[in-house]
Amino acid sequence: MRYRYFPGCTLKGQAKNMEDTTMAAAEALGIELEELSEWQCCGAVFPLYEDELISLLSPVRTLAAAEGEPLVSLCAACHHVLKRAQELMKRSEDARTKVTDFLEVEYSGEGRVLHFLEVLRDDLGFDKLAEMVKKPLEGRKAAAYYGCLLLRPSKVMQFDDPENPSIMEDMLKALGADVVKSPYRTECCGAYLSVTEEGVAADTVDRILESARNAGAELLITACPLCRYNLENCARSDGREPIKVYYFSELLAEAMGLSVETADDDSSKEEVSQR
Amino acid sequence: MTTTSGKSRLIDEMKAQSGQDPNSCYQCGKCSAACPVTAALDLMPHQVIRYLQLGLEDELAKSKTPWICASCFTCAARCPRDIDLARMMEGIRLSVLRCREGNKFGPADLTPEQLEKLPQQALVSGFRKYNK
Repeated sequence: MRYRYFPGCTLKGQAKNMEDTTMAAAEALGIELEELSEWQCCGAVFPLYEDELISLLSPVRTLAAAEGEPLVSLCAACHHVLKRAQELMKRSEDARTKVTDFLEVEYSGEGRVLHFLEVLRDDLGFDKLAEMVKKPLEGRKAAAYYGCLLLRPSKVMQFDDPENPSIMEDMLKALGADVVKSPYRTECCGAYLSVTEEGVAADTVDRILESARNAGAELLITACPLCRYNLENCARSDGREPIKVYYFSELLAEAMGLSVETADDDSSKEEVSQR
Repeated sequence: MTTTSGKSRLIDEMKAQSGQDPNSCYQCGKCSAACPVTAALDLMPHQVIRYLQLGLEDELAKSKTPWICASCFTCAARCPRDIDLARMMEGIRLSVLRCREGNKFGPADLTPEQLEKLPQQALVSGFRKYNK
């Protein structure tokens, strides 16, 4: 299975270990991720007003660079922006003409735009994944935290049921974890409010963590670097041991028997090596 | 600001640029029930749509609500009228940034610690929200 791969800025910085663990796991699973050459930022937010065409330039450039081949990303925000930009390029002739004329590229919405979790579910299959697991995560009470960007708007993202998703839990089950469902798993973490309105982000994060704790979770998985940052940094301390937050790919790599060495707290220096 | 026909220019623009018509809302309040940040809002999400219906642009421009909205899209997911309120919030923010107050937030507003720790994605998306 071969895919074009778009990392995005955060995967080369604060979320380097999501990339490293995914790459190690993908190799073990026979999934080839070929990084796009000279890729640029995805734009980080999808423009919600139709005259904000300039914000579409970088995602459309990325989509065109995939040359119609399946394009995979890991960061929830990158995937959200690329998927919605693709839908707009299919739907709006006006936006398509203006953007592609400016960029001098040919693109009209072709190619599959996938999150790596969708590759695991739809192309590899969780049954197959379960067979390839080397070190099942037995007894680990793991909960999925989806957040917003992978799920909504569901008509465009077509990722999973927006109110009752199961893809992350199904992955955790395949990895042998003891899956716990928390009611706030699709609630917003506060996104970039952690930059400007810390108190608001503290409220949203506290509710999510409390909900996971009450459900019996000892760890959460996410596919979004900003969700992870907020869950780890915005909670008000209540004196209890914080719930551990991981990228989905960290548990995937672990269950595949791949060891991940973390250099202190600097996630960008984490190393993955074959055990 | 009103047009010569007495209607709000913001609303005309909103319909054209977001594809959303505030008048299709019947004020059921599901968006406000769904919103995860209502505690910090001065206008509830359904009230924002009501203000749009009434053309109360100046009041909307002064409201904190569009700036607290994190574009999580939960309101749109629950709306029985299929209205994407996040797009309308963006319209209000853009009208303030473009026509009234200019950029609100930039790299100089960040502390060195924030610059060190925040994921790049947060910086880019934050600047996109508060700058045009």
